[in-house]
Amino acid sequence: MNPTETSIRAEGLVRRFNGTTAVDDLDLDIPRGEIYGFLGPNGAGKSTTVRVLCTLLTPSAGRAVVAGHDVADEPEKVRLRIGVALQEAALDPKQTGVQLLRLQGRLYGLSTSEIERRLYDLARLIDIGDALDRPIATYSGGMKRRLDVAAALVHDPEVLFLDEPTTGLDPVSRARMWEEVRRLNRELNMTIFLTTQYLEEADELADRVGIINDGRLVAEGTPAALKRSVGNDVIVARLEGRASGAAREEVERVGGVHGVEVHGEEMVITATDGAATIGAVAVALDGVGTVRHLTLRTPTLDDVFLELTGNRIENESERAQHSDYNELVEVGQ
Amino acid sequence: MTTITIPAPVIEDAPAVRARPASPVRDVASIAGRALRAVPRELESVIPPIFIALFFFIVNIGTLQHITENNIKSFDIKAFMLPTAILIGVTGVSRAGSLVLDIQDGYLDRLLLTPVRRLAILVGHMVADVAIACMLTIPILVLAVIIGVHIEAGIVGAVAFVLIAALWSLAFAGFGYAIALKTGNPAAVNSAFLLFFPFLFMTSSYVPRGQLSGWLDTIAAWNPVTYLLEGLRSLVTTGWQWDSLLKAVLAIAGVGVLSMSLCLAALRGRTRRG
Repeated sequence: MNPTETSIRAEGLVRRFNGTTAVDDLDLDIPRGEIYGFLGPNGAGKSTTVRVLCTLLTPSAGRAVVAGHDVADEPEKVRLRIGVALQEAALDPKQTGVQLLRLQGRLYGLSTSEIERRLYDLARLIDIGDALDRPIATYSGGMKRRLDVAAALVHDPEVLFLDEPTTGLDPVSRARMWEEVRRLNRELNMTIFLTTQYLEEADELADRVGIINDGRLVAEGTPAALKRSVGNDVIVARLEGRASGAAREEVERVGGVHGVEVHGEEMVITATDGAATIGAVAVALDGVGTVRHLTLRTPTLDDVFLELTGNRIENESERAQHSDYNELVEVGQ
Repeated sequence: MTTITIPAPVIEDAPAVRARPASPVRDVASIAGRALRAVPRELESVIPPIFIALFFFIVNIGTLQHITENNIKSFDIKAFMLPTAILIGVTGVSRAGSLVLDIQDGYLDRLLLTPVRRLAILVGHMVADVAIACMLTIPILVLAVIIGVHIEAGIVGAVAFVLIAALWSLAFAGFGYAIALKTGNPAAVNSAFLLFFPFLFMTSSYVPRGQLSGWLDTIAAWNPVTYLLEGLRSLVTTGWQWDSLLKAVLAIAGVGVLSMSLCLAALRGRTRRG
C-alpha cells in the first residue's frame, strides 16, 4: 500500500470478545487527507474499531493497515504515525497540562526544542490560556477534551483518531472542536477518523460517512449522497395515537411519495418534491385520523440509518435539539 | 443550533517534528520523572510511613529497653530496632496505587498508545519507588544517629544500609504492582499490605533470633526478612560482615524474583491486545 494514497485500510476486519462479535467483516479504504465520519448508535462497534485501528486491540480476523503499517504485525510503527483521543479523555489529573504534553513529547522521542515548539503551537491551538500550567483536575470537561486532542497531536501524526470527541460537550465547545478538526485537516492535510453518534457532527465535518450497526458497515458515502439515497425530501407526520395501517395505505397512494415508515405515532414519508406533496399527504391523513404536526425537512443521516436498519440513531431529546437545524416547514394542525 | 465561528490561530510554517522511539533509558526516566513529580502533591503517601516508622522506633525502644538490655549481655536496643523501624517504613511504599488510578482514568491507555516500551512503564514507577524509599530511610537514620546509634560500618555502610532497605522496598512493591496490573482495583492493591504482617513480624524484628520460641524461630528461619534484618543490623552493630550482607541480598533477590515474576505476568496480561 502506498501510504501517500491510503491512510486507513481494513479488509474483513473482525473483533470478538468472548463469543460476541463487536466488529464484523469491516472493510474500509480511507485516503490520505480525508475526514471520515464513523457513525452509529451506542454499542454499534465504533470504539472497538478505533481500538483495533490504533493498536490497543488485535483483530480477531481480517487485517488493518494504518499509515502504511499493519496494526497486528507492526504496532510500534503505527503508534509513531497516529494520534488518538479516546472516548473518555485519557489524562492524568495530577499533572499540569504542560507536564502532560511534555511527557507525551518525550515518549515520542522528540528533542527538547521540538517539544517546546510543539507546546507553543498546541497552546495556541487548544487556546486554554494560563490553564495549561494548572493541574488537569481543575479543568472543565471542554478543556480536558481539548487538552486530550492536543496530547494526540504532540508528535504531528499523519492520522488522527477522534472517538466521539464532542460527547458531553456544550454547544460552544462542540463548535470549537469542529473548527479545530476542520483546520487540522485543511492546514496539515491530516487524515481524521472521527466516530460520532451525532448526525449533525458527521454531516458537518465528514467528507465521507460510514454507518455502522451491530458491528457491520451498513452504508458508506458522502453525506449528500447518503441522504439522496433516501429521497429528496422527508415529511414527518405526528398523529394523535398510533398510526394505523389504513393511514399508511392512504399516504402510500399519494403521488410523489417514495416510501412510508411508521414508528408509533410518527409517520416518516419520503417524497421527490416535499413542498408539492405535503398538502396531498395532509388531506390523505385527514380522512383517517388526527394529525398533530406535519413537518417538511430535508433528509438527515438519521433517515438513512432508519431506512437501512429500521431504527433511529438519535434519541428523542437529541431530535428535539436538532430539529430547528433541519426543518424547512412546520405546519401545526 | 447556533454555529459559533472562532478565529483560528495560524499554524506557523515550522518544520514538522518526527516521532521516533525514545531510548530505553529515556523511556524509564520519563515515566520515573512523572512519578516523582507527583510526590510533593501526594505527601499523604509519604508522611505516614515516616511517622509510623518513627513511632515504632521510639515506642519499641521505650518498651523493650530495660527488659532486653538488662537480660541480654551488651545488647543495644536502639541499634537493634533501627532496621526494624526502617523496614516498617519502607515496606509497602510504592506507586502501585497511582498505577491503578492511571488504569481507571484511562491514562494507561494513553501511555500504551505511545511508542513507550511496556516494561519501561513499570520500571519507571519502580525507579521512583527506590528514590522514595531512600528519601524515607534517610530521616529515620539521621534521627537514630542523633539519639546515639553508632553505625559501625561508617558512612559507606550507612549508604549501603539505605540502598539495601530501598531494594527490599522495591522487591516487596512488586506484589502491589502485580495486584494493581491484574485487578486495576485500589482496594485489592491495599490488600497487599496483608503480606506485610507475616514478613515483618514473624521474624527477629523485636528480639534476637535466639530469644524466639520454637515455632516462631522455625518460621523466622524461613522468613527472608530475618536475613535482611540480620544484614542491616550487621552494618549498624558490627561493621562489614559480608556473609550477613550476602544473605540479606539473596533474601531480597528471592522475594524480588517472585514478586517481579508475578508483576511481569500481570503486565503482559494488562497490555495483551488479544
